[in-house]
Amino acid sequence: MDMLSMGGYGGYVWTSYGLTLIVVLACFLQSRRRHSRLREELRARFLATEGATEGIGEKAE
Amino acid sequence: MWTFLHKLASPPHFYRLAGSLIPWFAGGGLVLIAYGTFAGLFVAPADYQQGDAFRIIYVHVPAAYLSLLAYMVMAVAAAIGLIWRMKLAHAVAAASAPLGAWFTFLALATGSIWGRPMWGSWWEWGDPRLTSELVLLFLYFGYMALRGAIDDVGRADRASAVLALVGAVNVPIIHFSVEWWSSLHQGPTLIRAGGPAIEPAMLYPLLAMIFGFSLLYAALLLHRLRSEVLIRERRTRWVRELVLAGGSPAGPETA
Repeated sequence: MDMLSMGGYGGYVWTSYGLTLIVVLACFLQSRRRHSRLREELRARFLATEGATEGIGEKAE
Repeated sequence: MWTFLHKLASPPHFYRLAGSLIPWFAGGGLVLIAYGTFAGLFVAPADYQQGDAFRIIYVHVPAAYLSLLAYMVMAVAAAIGLIWRMKLAHAVAAASAPLGAWFTFLALATGSIWGRPMWGSWWEWGDPRLTSELVLLFLYFGYMALRGAIDDVGRADRASAVLALVGAVNVPIIHFSVEWWSSLHQGPTLIRAGGPAIEPAMLYPLLAMIFGFSLLYAALLLHRLRSEVLIRERRTRWVRELVLAGGSPAGPETA
């Protein structure tokens, strides 16, 4: 119990650490979601244009 | 050496290398943070003036340190991108900004929570350290808003790089604000003449946290960099093959 109360500063200390955990998790999830969304978007775009560029190689957007 | 540098600069190779480095940086960072958190909360002795409230230092200082490091990475990468027209450098700058913004927010928030019991106030308008750190947050927001407002990636890279460089004057202002002006904020503990002014039992968890958070930042930066590389290389064959295959890239070097 002593550890939780942190000499009366428990609320401040634990809120700071909890917030840090949330921000780090948010950073990670945001980066991951951005990456997978980007790949899905690119994939959809490539699939939509696949027939048109078959055999040409490079495509102009 | 040149072969190595050449390979590093090749986007498919970089994309793959970054992917394999991420778990190492993230894992190392998490181990250090686990030690630092435990030792900081339960092993380090309470401060003779601040009691247990000082333990907020173990999340506040790494967050503040990274808010500045992320900006320096952004500004240096932006300069390299402008001078040598290196796409990967611009990608680094773009990847660093949102992370820096998050850490700046965290530094401000934990500082505010720490300030309430110690200074009797959540926020002090006009305090040089608090104000310059808030300006840093707005610089990140401005940088990201500018990027978001320009559709063409190349133009967004150059315009935002100029903003990043102009805003870099704020970095030394933040660091020296507590020495140049009178501030409620305490002076530097680690980077000061005469060495760190802190007891070893308090210092080691702090160093572990700073280093651990830096590794975590590196992992997140590489993660975001992969996205930035895909955006800039979206017209190339390797990205097309990678995305359609859904696996790892088969660049010319990896075949």
